[in-house]
Amino acid sequence: MAAALPVRASVPAAGQAVKQHATWSPYDDNGGTVVAVAGDDYCVVAASTRMSTGYSILTRNKSKILQLNPKCVIASAGMQADQETLHKVLHSRHVTYQFNHRKPMACPAMAQLLSNTLYYKRFFPYYTFNLCAGLDDEGRGAVYTYDAIGSYERVGYGCQGNGKELVQPVLDNQLKAASPLALPPQQWLSSLPLEQAVDLVKGAFVSAGERDIYTGDDVEILIITKDCIKTDRLELKRD
Amino acid sequence: MPCRYPYVTGTSMLGITYKDGVLLASDTLGAYGSTKRYKSFERIRKVNDVCVLGASGELSDFQYIMRLLEELSDDDFCMDDGHHLKPAEVHSYLCRVLYNRRNKFDPLWNSLVVGGFYAGQPFLGTVGMIGTNYTDVHLATGFGNHLARPLMREKHRPDMSEEEATELMRECLKVCYYRDKNSINKFQMAKVSAEGVTISEPFALETDWKYKLFENPAANAAGAW
Repeated sequence: MAAALPVRASVPAAGQAVKQHATWSPYDDNGGTVVAVAGDDYCVVAASTRMSTGYSILTRNKSKILQLNPKCVIASAGMQADQETLHKVLHSRHVTYQFNHRKPMACPAMAQLLSNTLYYKRFFPYYTFNLCAGLDDEGRGAVYTYDAIGSYERVGYGCQGNGKELVQPVLDNQLKAASPLALPPQQWLSSLPLEQAVDLVKGAFVSAGERDIYTGDDVEILIITKDCIKTDRLELKRD
Repeated sequence: MPCRYPYVTGTSMLGITYKDGVLLASDTLGAYGSTKRYKSFERIRKVNDVCVLGASGELSDFQYIMRLLEELSDDDFCMDDGHHLKPAEVHSYLCRVLYNRRNKFDPLWNSLVVGGFYAGQPFLGTVGMIGTNYTDVHLATGFGNHLARPLMREKHRPDMSEEEATELMRECLKVCYYRDKNSINKFQMAKVSAEGVTISEPFALETDWKYKLFENPAANAAGAW
């Protein structure tokens, strides 16, 4: 495998020119930010819809969210081709699961499946940064956050992608979550009313859009409650 | 050795939707490095009655991709049930083919544009050599994304008439020709609408090189060459 890795252009030593030609990488970063906040009986999931490469905007309207069932969604930032492939794999596994079990997959189960699916490609990873979000078996909001190779944990809120350095501190500050290090373990679910949580997510995206060039255009927002998934849309600056 | 680089390449491919169809356009150059090697290479091909494919990048890979699609079309013909691949299906298929080849570290070195018209809806999608893909009301590959796309964002509307769309496309082609050194003044434009697919004969555009800034490009850049 190592021999097949792309050769990078190198700096030529004095007096000898290196023939340069286009190099190739199997990865590209198409940007984007995804955020999820879990409440006592709801979950808010949001993702920007801009798709970029380098300094160019490819399109302003590309969804990053996969709705698997009324209790579980997956949002992914990173490389678009890997993200689409991952979503197709999970969708197909979910369909098969429903044939076998005659019910939709629960959010904690999907969270474990996503981890396994990512780790399956440990040595040629999907370049995706994911959140799995929805409602758990008790109807409480659930958010799972991942790295690209499948390490994951359940959290009360999470964000991934290019804007995470801008958004995460705001969520930490506003949701006043107990430190995961504190003993005895404390409740980390947000007790914010739903409307305030949605406003918080919107505010975080507007702020991230000010500084992060990969976050902009539109934000697709899903509000998951026991009755249904409501979709909302927020317009960001298009610059 | 799978990891390669392109030899004979085509430059930008442009596409826009309009009220009742889509337009694709590009020049007809197959460049060998910066040598204008093949000047009449048709980079836009018909896939079936509702779909065309345009390619930039390695042209031999494009010919291979066209052979894959022709095999699929032949299968459709042999089935003789009147069904054929829809534009979105052709696009989806090509996304998987290109993504699969990048997974093998043996990419097909192309940026493809699929244009189609089916069930009263125009379709316009693109896919790059690592499988990155999207659909939009207007798009451009390569240099076109820098040169033509801003013009499209300014002037394009989904409800344009065919005349307006053609005029916008000619303007985009002209800008690409002025600024992209790997292009020639010989273009083809393809239209897909309810009437089917038409790919124009090659044509040239009127150009004007007598602009002041073309004569003295350093006028506003004191100290430059």
